[in-house]
Amino acid sequence: MARYAMAIDTKRCVGCADCVVACQTENNVPIGYCRDWIVQDTYGEYPNLSMEIRSERCNHCDDSPCVRCCPTSASHYAEGGIVLVTHDECIGCKACITSCPYDARYVHPEGYIDKCTFCIHRVKEGEDPACVAVCPTHCMIFGDLDDKNSEISKVLRSRKYKTLIPEAGTKPHVFYLL
Amino acid sequence: MKETVITSGRMNPGIDPVLHAWGWEIPIYLFLGGVVAGILFFAGLYYIRGKSEQYKATVKIAPLFVPAMLSIGLLALFLDLTHKLYFWRLYTIIRWESPMSWGAWILMIVFPLSLMWIATFIEDIFPNWDWKFNFVKKTVTWLTGFQKWMAWGLIITSLILGMYTGILLSAFNARPFWNTAILGPLFLVSGLSTGTAFIMLISKSHEEKSKLGQIDLVLIAIEIFLIIHMFMGFLASTEVQIHAAHMFLGGPYTAVFWTFVFTLGLIVPFISEALELKGFKIPVVIPAMLVLIGGLILRFIVVDAGQSSRWLYKFVEQLQ
Repeated sequence: MARYAMAIDTKRCVGCADCVVACQTENNVPIGYCRDWIVQDTYGEYPNLSMEIRSERCNHCDDSPCVRCCPTSASHYAEGGIVLVTHDECIGCKACITSCPYDARYVHPEGYIDKCTFCIHRVKEGEDPACVAVCPTHCMIFGDLDDKNSEISKVLRSRKYKTLIPEAGTKPHVFYLL
Repeated sequence: MKETVITSGRMNPGIDPVLHAWGWEIPIYLFLGGVVAGILFFAGLYYIRGKSEQYKATVKIAPLFVPAMLSIGLLALFLDLTHKLYFWRLYTIIRWESPMSWGAWILMIVFPLSLMWIATFIEDIFPNWDWKFNFVKKTVTWLTGFQKWMAWGLIITSLILGMYTGILLSAFNARPFWNTAILGPLFLVSGLSTGTAFIMLISKSHEEKSKLGQIDLVLIAIEIFLIIHMFMGFLASTEVQIHAAHMFLGGPYTAVFWTFVFTLGLIVPFISEALELKGFKIPVVIPAMLVLIGGLILRFIVVDAGQSSRWLYKFVEQLQ
């Protein structure tokens, strides 16, 4: 079994939002919506400023509140721990939207709930997700945590990293290298 | 100083800048679910205590309104769904981890049970009632033999229904204001209280009204205790929950909550029911209507405030 995850190097990310555009194009995300987004944290006071830029998305958590609260099991763990929504099982009750501490989900104009899929259709073909593939600074690494020799396993062994709100108990699988 | 900005401009409808996944439909349903739980609980209770004649409005008349209330509540829930044609998926699976799944299933039990309950009493209330078909009449006569079982069924399922309306919200740790175990008992007690208020409005017996008034007095006292306890719990908890409490202690919900829910919905009816007990003549419609309106506003505020409380991206707070 694989366990897919993503590591994003905050020291390399310049916040160009290519990942956002690539995702919208690859996944035909409706206009006005996004499955990933760029967050810029600025610390300090002018002129002593420092910045952390993160490309954020669904964290494909190990203990996903969205999967837990779904009344129909439309939200489920697919292969490699990727959290997916089966469109024709989703009733659009929005429990998963309110359960997500990362606000990663939204109602697709067609009615079902939509979010990042880690581009599972590409991953199955052995490719990287669209956002990772286009990143001009190569700050994003996608891979299998169960494979000790994968690039992501190596980088998480050698670098400091954080996840977003680990205190929410969700065990997120998008890691930010510091 | 720290400033957070989403530079790629995330503005997903219903999510940004403040979550608004659930509008008026959910609080209306939670309110009606609570009233129904209250009505059915006391109907079952007073039947088992052998007071069906003495407390006729409680046991026989108030349940007549239940199917209509549940239908309106379920219609509101249905309107809230965004993928409506797939609603039947709720009933192809039972998911124990999902409060919404038990809610859907418990309604599948409560609704038919309330209909059967009414059917066995309808000839008492409308002496000229005619079932038209003989097999219906026979079925109802057969069901009448099970009234005691049904009464126990009503008590148990109504408690689950009343409790679940709160647990539905408290199960979301992503929304700090909802994430308190007090919400289940609070909504249950508030539901029982609005249920008694509804029965008081339709009852014609002075004895029944006065008994229900006394019960309501206790329920309101428990509710006040739970609300104070809830805020104490928040203030003693983590930063996000302290922040959630401050939305009601100086923040945007302060005026509406403490005026309409706490003062007019709990304190005033409490005082008027206590005065009634002391022998003052106060029309029952005053405390009953205040309790009902207070219960409705409580649910609107809780559903709204929960969605305003979050872990990340506190842009609105950043501006203040």
